[in-house]
Amino acid sequence: MNRVHSILMFGVAMALSTAAMAQDKTVKVGNLSDQSGLYADLGGPGSTLAAQMAVEDSGLVAKGWKIDVIAGDHQNKPDVGTNIARQWLDVDKVDVIVDVPSSGVALAVNTVVKEKNAVFLNSGAAASDLTNSQCSPNTVHWTYDTYLLANGTGKAVVKAGGDSWFFLTADYAFGAALERDTTAVINANGGKVLGAVRHPLNTSDFSSFLLQAQSSKAKVIGLANAGGDTTNAIKQAAEFGIVSGGQKLAALLLFITDVHSLGLNIAQGLTFTETFYWDMNDQTRAFSKRFSERMKNKAPPSMVHAGVYASLIHYFKALEALGGNPHDGAKVVAKMKEMPTDDPLFGKGVIRADGRKIHPGYLFEVKKPSESKGPWDYYKLIATIPAEEAFTPLSQSTCSLVKK
Amino acid sequence: MTSTAGHPDAGLQRRTISDEIAVFIVMAIALVIVPLTGLYPYFVMQALCFALFACAFNLFLGYSGLLSFGHAMFLGTAGYICAHAAKVWGFPPELAILTGTAASAVLGLLAGLVAIRRQGIYFAMITLGLAQLMYFFYLQAKFTHGEDGIQGIPQGFLFGFLDLSKSTTLYYVVVAVFLLAFLLIWRIINSPFGEVLKSIRENEQRAISLGYKVDRYKLMAFVLSATLAGLAGALKVIVAQNASLTDVHWSMSGEVVLMVLLGGLGTVYGPVVGAFLVIAMQQYLAGAGQWVVVIQGVIFVVCVLTFRRGIVGEIAHLFKRSL
Repeated sequence: MNRVHSILMFGVAMALSTAAMAQDKTVKVGNLSDQSGLYADLGGPGSTLAAQMAVEDSGLVAKGWKIDVIAGDHQNKPDVGTNIARQWLDVDKVDVIVDVPSSGVALAVNTVVKEKNAVFLNSGAAASDLTNSQCSPNTVHWTYDTYLLANGTGKAVVKAGGDSWFFLTADYAFGAALERDTTAVINANGGKVLGAVRHPLNTSDFSSFLLQAQSSKAKVIGLANAGGDTTNAIKQAAEFGIVSGGQKLAALLLFITDVHSLGLNIAQGLTFTETFYWDMNDQTRAFSKRFSERMKNKAPPSMVHAGVYASLIHYFKALEALGGNPHDGAKVVAKMKEMPTDDPLFGKGVIRADGRKIHPGYLFEVKKPSESKGPWDYYKLIATIPAEEAFTPLSQSTCSLVKK
Repeated sequence: MTSTAGHPDAGLQRRTISDEIAVFIVMAIALVIVPLTGLYPYFVMQALCFALFACAFNLFLGYSGLLSFGHAMFLGTAGYICAHAAKVWGFPPELAILTGTAASAVLGLLAGLVAIRRQGIYFAMITLGLAQLMYFFYLQAKFTHGEDGIQGIPQGFLFGFLDLSKSTTLYYVVVAVFLLAFLLIWRIINSPFGEVLKSIRENEQRAISLGYKVDRYKLMAFVLSATLAGLAGALKVIVAQNASLTDVHWSMSGEVVLMVLLGGLGTVYGPVVGAFLVIAMQQYLAGAGQWVVVIQGVIFVVCVLTFRRGIVGEIAHLFKRSL
């Protein structure tokens, strides 16, 4: 009797333990972003909302998964970012970190995530190093990168006759990468770079930098910065009469939230590259409607928000295919690379071995005030950059994960 | 009873060394058993680095009475040099930390030679000015990588066999360094040199009339403080694996003042308590983003208005002991 009892107990224990293993379906998503600074509009709380919408739309909760979304503010400081990431991965058992604008922070988080074998779905950062020299088996770089921006905007501007450039560059990893990639494109297309000036991140007074750019007599002033820095530079360039003086501004990275804060009067005519615009097709409009209804300021999603949503949708698909156990980051990312992507915002695509998500890029021009039909109707599409040309070719990749 | 009117220590009994030793043993035991309690060791390591920084700062402010508003330059300089030595020059961790600390000692000597000639607000402004100078130097210098900072610093093997990438090993190394440095500071405070410093703090004119070369004593204290702050900075870099502008920013110089005042100025254990409180606030209120700074400000005001001796200072005063 006693023996039967113990065998029964053993059986029950086994059944329970295997059930527990198969049912490890708890996932924690951490949105590590700039929640209050110059990139808060393009990422920040909107990215948390996008992550929550991805959780709801994935349908995994109904299938017995438990998914939490938490948010943190990295204040655009690499040390703050790594501290939060480390604490999330060590103590709070976060499985996947999303967004992370500001390339310096993104590269720092990239290292921590690789060390702790979690998943890093970057949407907000631009540095193409994330999938080149510093690529990681735990990282997917979703939305855009400096190569795309340089190729899209740089090429278009040089072809339109803007063959001499002067750069205003944000003095950190992103600015340096963007300037480097754009310079390569300009040189390859027969243009030349006359000079560059570095400004600190989050600058409010661009006057001395703009005067240097003005006196360089370059045809194009390339703004290798982002967010609040770009809008400040554009506004102040307008005050200095730089555009009316015959020089052209090329905002290499512009988000819809930037255009909104500039206003069409100042922003009209700017050309730039993005990979998502809310008013592209029925699916993007439907998503954007749901998104802006839940946003505090009723703004439509930026391409960074769209990237957070789409990357998480694909991540959840990979988890479902794996059937559970989301804590082995490299394994989940390998599964994500194996499966072709398909989501309502970016369409069909793939994730390459180096972690680069491949989809088309779009060259947009900001509408004139007279052309805009309603709120947030800002862009017109000038050209589409096909997916296979949008990002660094694998043959040029310096990523160690790429087999040559 | 020593009567040192006008200073928070006034009315204290004679320094009772046995109390301080007892508290030291309690602190050492508490630190040793931390990994068993489930407390996040990375947090404790960070707090210890800042505690050492605050103790170094307290050594100067608390015992010589001069407020330096530029101590971040020592923390950050040692951090950057240590990071560069470990990552680019491939130094082992013990050499990298020593190199960083030595850099801060030299910087401390140079800054001290300039600043020590003035007192009060002028001294604070000169140190702040020098620290800002260093900040912009590090912002522009190539090897610091500007806003990105130096990242992915290898932790390596201490003395060739202690693997610092293992968090428990790293933890005990940090605890050991902290306790040794703490004992050193305690020794300095209780040495004849420390007594002279205190006499200068209480009445500089009288110290001069007694034949002490007060400028030399102050310079020595400043260099010691800078060196120990550098040790904290170098250690922090090995723990956090990154060196960034945050460590040289002027707000770091302010933060250490907050830590010391909150814990208890001129007490031995005050800076440790203050550092743990401030770092815990930053860690656990991180979700509140930049509100942390506002909360810190409010706490600072409350501290100054209601318990001016700081937490440890008030406790010591209550029990008429020195801690």
